[in-house]
Amino acid sequence: MSTKQKTWWWIGGIVIVVYCLFPIAWILSLSFKTTADLANKQFLPSTWTWENYSTILTGTASDLFLPALRNSFGICLIATFISCVLSMFAAYAIARLDFPGKKLILGTALAVAIFPVISIVTPLFNLWRQIGLYDTWPGLIIPYLSLTLPISIWTMSAFFREIPWEMEQAAQVDGATTWQAFRKVIVPLAAPGVFTTAIIAFFIAWNDFAYGISLTSTSRARPVPAALGLFSGASQFQDPTGAIAAAAVIVTIPVVVLVLIFQRRIVAGLTNGAVKG
Amino acid sequence: MASIEMRNIVKQYGDGYPAVNDVSLDIADGEFMILVGPSGCGKSTLLRMIVGLEDITSGDMVIGGKRVNDLAPRERNLSMVFQNYALYPHMTVYENIAFPLRLSKTPDDEVRRRVTEASDVLELKEHLERKPANLSGGQRQRVAMGRAIVRQAEAFLFDEPLSNLDAKLRGQMRTEISRLQRRLGITTVYVTHDQTEAMTLGDRVCVLRKGKIQQVASPRELYEQPVNLFVAGFIGSPPMNFLPATLEGTTLSTPFGPIALDEKRAAAVGGRDLLLVGIRPEYFEDASLVDEAKRPVGSVFRARVDVTEWLGDSQYAYIPYEAPESITAQLRDLSRELDSEELRTQAIVSIDSTSRIREGREAEFWLDSRKIHVFDPQTGENLTRDAEAGARLTQMATEDRVDQVQHAQATGQTVSGQGSGAHRAGAV
Repeated sequence: MSTKQKTWWWIGGIVIVVYCLFPIAWILSLSFKTTADLANKQFLPSTWTWENYSTILTGTASDLFLPALRNSFGICLIATFISCVLSMFAAYAIARLDFPGKKLILGTALAVAIFPVISIVTPLFNLWRQIGLYDTWPGLIIPYLSLTLPISIWTMSAFFREIPWEMEQAAQVDGATTWQAFRKVIVPLAAPGVFTTAIIAFFIAWNDFAYGISLTSTSRARPVPAALGLFSGASQFQDPTGAIAAAAVIVTIPVVVLVLIFQRRIVAGLTNGAVKG
Repeated sequence: MASIEMRNIVKQYGDGYPAVNDVSLDIADGEFMILVGPSGCGKSTLLRMIVGLEDITSGDMVIGGKRVNDLAPRERNLSMVFQNYALYPHMTVYENIAFPLRLSKTPDDEVRRRVTEASDVLELKEHLERKPANLSGGQRQRVAMGRAIVRQAEAFLFDEPLSNLDAKLRGQMRTEISRLQRRLGITTVYVTHDQTEAMTLGDRVCVLRKGKIQQVASPRELYEQPVNLFVAGFIGSPPMNFLPATLEGTTLSTPFGPIALDEKRAAAVGGRDLLLVGIRPEYFEDASLVDEAKRPVGSVFRARVDVTEWLGDSQYAYIPYEAPESITAQLRDLSRELDSEELRTQAIVSIDSTSRIREGREAEFWLDSRKIHVFDPQTGENLTRDAEAGARLTQMATEDRVDQVQHAQATGQTVSGQGSGAHRAGAV
């Protein structure tokens, strides 16, 4: 690349990064503003304060926020784990085996994924109340699975297809049972795929609002996105914007941490060297 | 170690296409058998049926006296080297080689001993802690072989193991495989489409075409006594030349002049309008360089040379000739089937490298008519094949093999043997 081209790439890159990160920077700045400062028509706070953070972590909003944070973590992790395990087996079967109805399964998974969530919230609300799942962890985990499973199956089966068939056949010739070949050869090779899928599934569950607000009523199971919507100001004339911004920053942290931890594992090209170079 | 017997093996795919059609083949204990043929001839399918990765539609697969049709690959105790090696990228070289032993729950010190021995044989010692991604093509290939030899398998199966290497390395690995097989004395089935590998490695070579066996014989027999047009055209490089001919008395008249046949051969080819004469490039010579003593056994003709290729140790001349439409079409079909594309009817003749024959000029050639073969263009059958002479050649190859294995074992060059303490490697 010539210097001129390089310069243009840099400029383009910076424009995109600024465009994407500006809202986040804004939220960050909002979270450090005092209530009076919120509408100061400036990007930066005039006085920096931790007030909003103390409100949600130890103050008046903490009994709303902290249980929600715990619920969100628990529910999302469990849903992610279940969907990863299930989709690993499903994707393996789809990528490797020839069975009738394979197309149907993939098609159904896609159909479920594009089905609008809001349209089944109301029936689910009634059903859950009848059978006692309303406002419980399983009551959210189950619908979250319906959100995360389709995409997990699709991404994971794409990863499994990338693994050369021969790898497994070699293992079988070397004396492995189908299960051993799966566990000792396929799963380690699919690890980047599993981690990628896990992160995507976690994000989907973590970001859900519709189920969270409709299928819970107390801090027993209410997740963070729903809790954020219920924040209120000190008086009815005050917006809880600062507190919401602070909470938004806090819920972004685990997502960032997760990506940073697994970034190394998501690198493609782990299969390099398996076959001829 | 075991023999492998195949009886009427058929592999039919879902659409009814028989990839392997009624193959019966006996591979003796310790023999090096090559399966060769153009792409799509079913050679790999046959190999995968031996190892159990492909179901057998009908017929019997017997390994070491036991019918294995319904056994899973791991129950057959065979080891296989895949075309693209299929190394496990997440394991080190050591663990890759140790993998079959780990699966059979071999104790750690035994594993260490055997992997060390295998890596000694294959000169992989410095690389044991590296990952496959950091190895060169040849090293990866050796790791794949290490994984195959580390356990006492009944037989080795190779699926075009050298096709991913460059030409130089291929030559080295070829002799390496040959040496290793002799040293271990293990039954080996080797699939290739490369005829150099087929000729140099095999005790016997099985030529397949469209799922059917054409001929099973020693490389020498295949070369000198091919059973039909297909085998004759497939074995040999540059390939055998096929000239249209008609028989007049005991003399064949060809585009390169008359060729006299002896009584026996003339009788065998009689009664057909059109014949194909198969002449290997090295049966030709520049007429001016032929010994007076040899001259009478052949015939001399004049022809215009199209192109010459001088290679230092040898020289080839290309001589175009006219052929009837039906023959041209048939030769074209044959060459297409052999994975090449012959655009014109021309003979490739090998002449002495000192010959001064020039391109575009007419020159005088001599051809040795003793070893030529005559084929029936309709059926492709070799009409002048001497089955006895062929059988003698194969018999000699078998004796050679027995001799070589005995020699290798007598001089302590074997790493095979009884039980667990078998691998005595390092004895080169």
